[in-house]
Order: sequence, then structure tokens, then C-alpha cells
Amino acid sequence: MKKQKLIIIGNGMAPGRALEHLFEQAPHAYDVTIFNAEPRVNYDRIMLSPVLSGEKEYEEIIIHGDGWYIKHGIMLYKGHKVINIDRQAKTVTSDAGTTETYDKLLIATGSSPFMLPVPGNNLPGVLSYRDLDDVRAMLLAAQSRARAIVIGGGLLGLEAAAGLKSRDMDVTVLHVMPTLMERQLDPAAGYLLEKAVEQRGIRVMTKASTKEIIGEKKVEGVLLADGTTLPADLVVMAVGIRPNSWLAKEAGLDCNRGILTDAGMRTSDPDIFAIGECAEVGGQCYGLVAPLYEMARVVAAQLAGNNEAAFVHSETPTKLKVTGINVFSVGDLAEGDDRQEIVLRDAAAGVYKRLVLKDDRIIGTVLYGETSDGAWFHDLTKKRTDISEMRDTLIFGQSYQGGSPLDPMAAVAALPDDAEICGCNGICKGKITGAITGKSLTSLDDVRAHTKASASCGSCTGLVEQLLSLTLGDSYNPSAVTPMCSCTDLGHDDVRRLIVAKNLKSIPAVMQELEWKTSCGCAKCRPALNYYLVADWPDEYADDYQSRFINERVHANIQKDGTYSVVPRMWGGVTSSKELRAIADVVDKFDIPAVKVTGGQRIDMLGIKKEDLPAVWADLGKAGFVSGQAYAKGLRTVKTCVGTDWCRFGTQDSTGLGIRIEKFMWGSWTPAKLKMAVSGCPRNCAEATCKDIGIICVDSGYEIHFAGAAGLDIKGTEVLGLVKTEDEALEHVVALAQMYREQGRYLERIYKWAKRVGLDEIRRQIMGDAQKRKGYFDRFVFSQKFAQVDPWSERVSGVDKHEFQPMATIGYAQAAE
Amino acid sequence: MNDWVEIGSINDIPRRGARCVRTPQGKIAVFRTMEDQIFAIEDHCPHKGGPLSQGIVHGASVTCPLHNWVISLETGKALGADEGSVKTVALRLDGDRIFAALELVAVAAE
Ligand SMILES: Cc1cc2nc3c(=O)[nH]c(=O)nc-3n(C[C@H](O)[C@H](O)[C@H](O)COP(=O)(O)OP(=O)(O)OC[C@H]3O[C@@H](n4cnc5c(N)ncnc54)[C@H](O)[C@@H]3O)c2cc1C
Ligand code: SF4
Ligand code: SF4
Ligand code: FES
Repeated sequence: MKKQKLIIIGNGMAPGRALEHLFEQAPHAYDVTIFNAEPRVNYDRIMLSPVLSGEKEYEEIIIHGDGWYIKHGIMLYKGHKVINIDRQAKTVTSDAGTTETYDKLLIATGSSPFMLPVPGNNLPGVLSYRDLDDVRAMLLAAQSRARAIVIGGGLLGLEAAAGLKSRDMDVTVLHVMPTLMERQLDPAAGYLLEKAVEQRGIRVMTKASTKEIIGEKKVEGVLLADGTTLPADLVVMAVGIRPNSWLAKEAGLDCNRGILTDAGMRTSDPDIFAIGECAEVGGQCYGLVAPLYEMARVVAAQLAGNNEAAFVHSETPTKLKVTGINVFSVGDLAEGDDRQEIVLRDAAAGVYKRLVLKDDRIIGTVLYGETSDGAWFHDLTKKRTDISEMRDTLIFGQSYQGGSPLDPMAAVAALPDDAEICGCNGICKGKITGAITGKSLTSLDDVRAHTKASASCGSCTGLVEQLLSLTLGDSYNPSAVTPMCSCTDLGHDDVRRLIVAKNLKSIPAVMQELEWKTSCGCAKCRPALNYYLVADWPDEYADDYQSRFINERVHANIQKDGTYSVVPRMWGGVTSSKELRAIADVVDKFDIPAVKVTGGQRIDMLGIKKEDLPAVWADLGKAGFVSGQAYAKGLRTVKTCVGTDWCRFGTQDSTGLGIRIEKFMWGSWTPAKLKMAVSGCPRNCAEATCKDIGIICVDSGYEIHFAGAAGLDIKGTEVLGLVKTEDEALEHVVALAQMYREQGRYLERIYKWAKRVGLDEIRRQIMGDAQKRKGYFDRFVFSQKFAQVDPWSERVSGVDKHEFQPMATIGYAQAAE
Repeated sequence: MNDWVEIGSINDIPRRGARCVRTPQGKIAVFRTMEDQIFAIEDHCPHKGGPLSQGIVHGASVTCPLHNWVISLETGKALGADEGSVKTVALRLDGDRIFAALELVAVAAE
């Protein structure tokens, strides 16, 4: 059978989902062509706010990467806006002049942000909040501009305000109604929300009606109807959306607010369908993804030949995605004579709950502060459960019923199999637990991949994790969220991300903002935080020596008897008679009991008393030695072989390259120790293939290796790639080290990090993406400006003197007095 | 019998840090916490004798640099699953001066 041609206009969340269903049900039925006005693939629009706030990167919110389109043979016209549909000829034409023919057409043009029709609304600096371009424009503005005004105190406006605030802007929200989010919340909850938003340092003005946006060449402020003028450098309008239906209207399709469709998502032309925010079905337009995904399911079934598939309306709960503010609302909240309500307030805990009842059934729910029972209340509404029996305790939530303890696990366990867990994707409990057992899933990521539960807005992640542990029992180990230590519930990755996102630049700031449970941390988290801050803010962060392990604090290695060992740097493992003589003199002068050659081609002097360290370093310094950093979670040694200088097999100057790398990289801190080696040929005398990073010289250039181990674990290296010149070798090695510095968890060796993020991903960024590589390289070079200070000579000149001397010596003489 | 012996100023010790004092009975470690409380204990970990003065100070405890036992500065007892304790030494603060209750005479009489 010849394939039919399906054209899709718009590449948003709804058609993306429809195609997934379609390829499952009828993989070979259509040749698909997509026109998208945005010049990109399909991404998760809901997650734009985390991109704005810096908690996520655009790459992390892509739903279908380029490879997906290739795999499914889809022609995707990026940046093509369709300007005409010719229903007679069955063609569409884009603004770039491309015309394509269809058998079936799917319109999914979403909606357009509504711009208030006030003077000045088109000035530069006035933005909407709809797509990635808006976010990028806001980020640009945040860099140089101080004051932002967000017009609109609804879901989008508040998310935008929180995002801009976390970018250090001075933010004011203008809302025309008396309370925030009045469409979803009642005034009491709206008031609590306003307080919480203000607590974050965001100004809120309600009953503020915008009259004009003022400015000459760009935005300078906002004029309100009451005559107040507010200065602003950026104005974001988030006052509502309009279904994007003009194209369909021009093509003569029946439209009301949106494009009218029947329950099968078919428009007035039988060969044309419409889904997403642009569609109007059963007299209603939608603006949340859950119903749009339902439309996607229906249209896919229709396109696959199932004429029965029909869209059914359901209420979708609203949740605000601002970290730390929990709001849940669903259903009908209006008051009326035929209705009763149950309200619970706990001012101290900042909790407000309200249920609206009619005929002994819940028809509306508002939860503020404590939202974990939202799914249960919503379920009772959907099932029209008669609640008269439990009316007295209903508001306390599900776990309270039947007197069972208030245990969130028990609450989830008690949910029926058809209770909805993931609102965005309409996934019920039974489907998740079924997938966990049926497909032997063991992690949150697995569940996301197989069921999509918690893969969209993520607010049900906690519930899904509880289902995992209920279903798997003790064998579920939510390793993704293993806390750093008992001072916090956050894992290393979250902490690293938030340090950057929230601009945290000191240990007290991290502990305050991330709500540490102890007053000053512990010996696990403090060194980790100190490293993260050093790595992320090399120029601004003041290294906190009290948060470093003793070895790094005194720049020597503590031994079991409390003495120290000292290893001077010998670049590339090369030394000279002068250096050896100096070492011999030091050993004699300070009566050093042991001298040993290390595995990293260095000389180790062991058994030195702490008080002697500065004097030992002073003597070594005179001979030109600097610290070998043999104690550091940082660059340790670069081992080399003699290469072309001496060896008959040598292909390149391995000694020279090793020394060059060591001189470039010494002093840098890394998540765990970093040991390197360069061998002059594949005979590999420097043992480069079990190092953190190694180089094997070959005739055609330099083969870069990484992620080896020869400690508790033994592991050969992986090949990163082959480069031609010494300069390139240095650049690649440095970029790799910087990527590890930025992503590694404290004490995580490079091979463990590599396993976690994936070898291919590392190769893609370091070998495949010159721009990324350059970025890493430049950031490393920048941080070296502050790191390459010899700690020994610093201490010889008096830094941290207190470390090396006792505070007092109480002798017999004094005692005898 | 204990004497109050002046051992230095609180400003000699970094916050969340420690200094050693040598005494005829051995080294004691004097700690200063984030909140400027001061404590002194024997500088000798109950596990394998590690120098507690070299550990990381957090709250009113220190983590031994050798194998990470956590010792309470107030009681000298090992916290968590580990068992053992070190002697504590009483301190008195007078202005910025620190005095330690040290037993000196007995030794001096030798
Ligand atoms: C910041 C933000 C946060 C949100 N948070 C949530 C949330 O938490 N929960 C929730 O359920 N929903 C949320 N939403 C709403 C949700 O993102 C939308 O409902 C959903 O993305 C709409 O999907 P769609 O496919 O209908 O349209 P869209 O995803 O808007 O896609 C439409 C696409 O069509 C393109 N297009 C338009 N016209 C043409 C043309 N003529 N030719 C070619 N291409 C065209 C557009 O460029 C666009 O890329 C949020 C939205 C935003 C902006
Ligand atoms: S690795 Fe090759 S070049 Fe280097 S010393 Fe060994 S044989 Fe010679
Ligand atoms: S191998 Fe073990 S015993 Fe030997 S130096 Fe290393 S840690 Fe110490
Ligand atoms: S010596 Fe202190 S923990 Fe082992």
C-alpha cells in the first residue's frame, strides 16, 4: 500500500505526543512532514521556567532530538511558518516559499500570548513568555538590566517572576485582580501565595491596572491607571493566551475561539484535524498539557484508522511550579446556596485547605502549603464518591481515614489502582506499578522512559518514587537522590546545580539557601561544598581552609603517627643532580627517617614533624622545588616515558608533552585526585592506560585515554579520540578535565563520573563540539589564574602560621612555680 | 590538683579550628567553634590515636583526620556507632584569654 502524506503545522507538545502514538499503532502508514515556526525540534515548553531560572539547560528539556526525526523519516522544516492552506489543491505553503502536498493535515499551532492593547506594548524590552526565544531574550535582559516588571499574576507570570528573581533582577508583579491566580485559587489561598511570593523578595501589586508602557526608544517604565509610574528596564506580559486559529480561519475552516473539531479532533474539513491549544472541542479550549495529550491520543488513533476514538473532557488540576511554594487547585470553587465547604487553616505552618462540596461530593479543591492529598481529593471528585461517612475527617486527608497514622507511604499504598498519579500524562497508579513489575524497572528514569509518568512538569516525582519503593521494597535504592550527607536531603548534583543557579558564593550562603539541617555542616559536606565553590567561582570565592581535610590544609600528607610526608614536584618525573642533592641535604638536616620513590615518579620524604614543615619547604624552595600536591584532590602527577629523546621506539616527545601538561595544569583542584601519564608509543611504559587521563603517542598523533583506575578498582582506560598535534592534545585533555571539574561529585574519580554521564556524551562534547571544548578550555585557563600559587612558598612567607606552631607549651618550669 | 593556667587568646584559634597545647601530660587540643564556644580535649583519638586537633570541626564535634570517627567536644565521647572517649579539659575564658585546668604539681614534684 502506498504511504499517505501527513503534514503537521506546528511542532509543539501536542503533535509530538500524537506522533509517538501514531508510530506505535501504525508505524508505516504515513510519510510525515512538519512545518515549525520555531527554528527547533520539539521541547518541553512546561519546563521553560527552570531554563529561565538556570536550574536546567535547554538541551535537558528537548523531547525529540534531531535523531528521532531522522529515525522516523520525518521531514522537519525548522523556522518555516505556514502562511497558507489551499484545501482545493491540498497544499500548504510556508513563508520561506516551500509548498508541500498532503493527504491528511494536522493543525497544531498552539496559542499566541495576548499582549495588552496599551500604548507602548511594542517597545523593545517588552516581551511575552511563550517560547525559548522569549527566555533567551529575558536572560539577555537580566544580564544588564536591573528592574523587571511582570504584568500578570497568574501561573505564567509568577513563574516568570520567580525565574527573573533568581537571576538577580529586581522584580515587581502587577496584577489587575485583588488576589493572585484568582482563576484557580480562592482569595484566602491567593493571599497566602502573595505573602510567599513577597517573602522571596518579589514585589506584588494587586488591583494594578496598566495604562501605558512608557519609553522613548525602549522600555523605561509602566504607567498605572491610578497615575503611579514604575520604572522598568524589562516588561514581561503574561496576561493570557489566545488560540492560534487565524490560519484555519483564512482557509475557511469553522472556527469559534479555537478551531472547531468533533470529538475525533476532525475539523469541518474531513481531511484536516486540529489538536492542542488551537483546537476547540466540546465547546472548550484548553491550556494545560493533560487534555492536549488526550487530544493527541485521539487523533493518532483516528489517523491510524480507528474512527471510534473520542475526546472526553476532564478537569486538570493546576499546580504552580515555583520551588518551595506548593499550590494545588482543581474543579469548581464558586460559593453557592447548594454547596458547603470544609476549610482548614494552620497559620503557623502556612497551610490552607478548602473543599467545596455539593450533594455530599467534592466538586472543588484548593490546597495551599500542604498538597500531598491533592491526588486523592481529585480522585474522589472524578469518581463522584459519596463522602458523608468520612466528612468529619475528610480535610485531614487520606492517611487520616480509618485512623491509620499520617504516613505518606501508607497514603500512596492506599490509593486505588486507577488513581491518577501523573496529571500531565494521565498515568494512573496501576499503570506505573504494572510497568515496574512487568518490565523490571528499578529507577525513576526507567519509569519515566517507559510510562512518561513524572516526565513532563515533574511535580508528581515524589509520588512515583514512593510507588517505586512500595513496589520494589528494600531493593529500590533511589540512588538518583542519595543525599550528600545527613545535613541535607539534596544530592551532590542538585547542590552543584543550585550553587550555580542561585549564585551561592559561600558555604553559609549554600547552607542557608538550601536549608541545611545542621548549623555548620559536617566533615562530609563541608569539603565537598568548598570544592564546588572553588570550582564554580574561582575568582570570587574565598577558599575556606577550615573546611579542608588536614592534608590540604597543611599541604602535606598526614601519616598514621601524626607526622607528615612531603613530595616536591618533579615535572614529568624528570630530575637532576642539583635537585637530588638538595633533597639529600634536607633529609640530613631534618633527620627525615624515610625516603621513598612513589608510584607517580616522585620522591617522598616521610616522618617529618609538623613544626618542621615550613623550614623543610624553605630549603626545598631554594632549590627551585614547589609543592607536588601529592595530598590534593587535584592534579597530582603526570608520569612520562623517555619517548623520542632516548627510546628507539618513541614516536613523539612524550616527556616534553607530559611536562607541558603538568606545567599547565598544576595547582588545579578536581573532585578527586587526578593522575595522568604520557607514553611515547603503544608499548606504554608510562602505564597511561590505567590513569585518570592518559596519552599514548602514535605515529599519526596522540591518542587520548581516560577513565582508567588502578586502585581499589582496576580498569583499563577508554579512548576519547585521536588528535594530530601536541597543541590539540593539550586542549582536549584540559577541556576534559574541566568538564569533570564542573560535573563530578566530590570524591568521585573520573572513571565513576564517566560511567555516570556516559562515555559517548563526553566524547560528543570534547571531541565533537569545538565550541563546547573551547568553553571548557577557557574556563579552566581562567580558574588557573587563581589556582597556580605555590602553597609552600606562601607558607614559608608566613601564611597560616598558626597551623604549624603549638599555641602554648606548658613546661615543668612553669608548673614548679 | 588542678591549676588554671593561661594558654593563650581565643583569637589565636580560627573559628571551626583548633590549636595544640603541649603539657607535661601530653598534647591537648583546644577548639573554637563557629559560635565561639571553646573546648579542650586530649589530642589523641580513642580509635588509633589520631591527632584530633587536625580534624574538621563542625558544630560542637570534630571528625578525626585518620579514619573519620566523630568525637563530641563537650563530652569527649565518640558519637554514632563508635565507642570510646577521650579526656576533656576544663577551660575558662576571661576576656579573650583562655585558662585551662591543668594538673601540674604532681608531675612537677617528680
Ligand atoms: C512558561 C510556560 C509554562 C507552562 N507550564 C505548564 C504546566 O506546568 N502544566 C501544563 O499543563 N501546561 C503548562 N504550560 C502550557 C503548555 O506548555 C501548553 O499547553 C502546550 O505546550 C501547548 O502545546 P501545543 O502543541 O498546543 O502548542 P505549542 O507547544 O505552543 O506549539 C505550537 C507550535 O506551533 C508553531 N506554530 C504556530 N503557528 C505556526 C505556523 N503558522 N506555521 C508553523 N508553525 C507554527 C509555534 O511556533 C509553536 O512552536 C506552560 C506554558 C508555558 C509557556
Ligand atoms: S612507551 Fe614506547 S616510547 Fe616510551 S619508553 Fe616505552 S617503548 Fe619507549
Ligand atoms: S596501599 Fe594502602 S597501606 Fe599502602 S600507602 Fe596506599 S593506603 Fe597506605
Ligand atoms: S585514629 Fe581517629 S578515627 Fe582512627
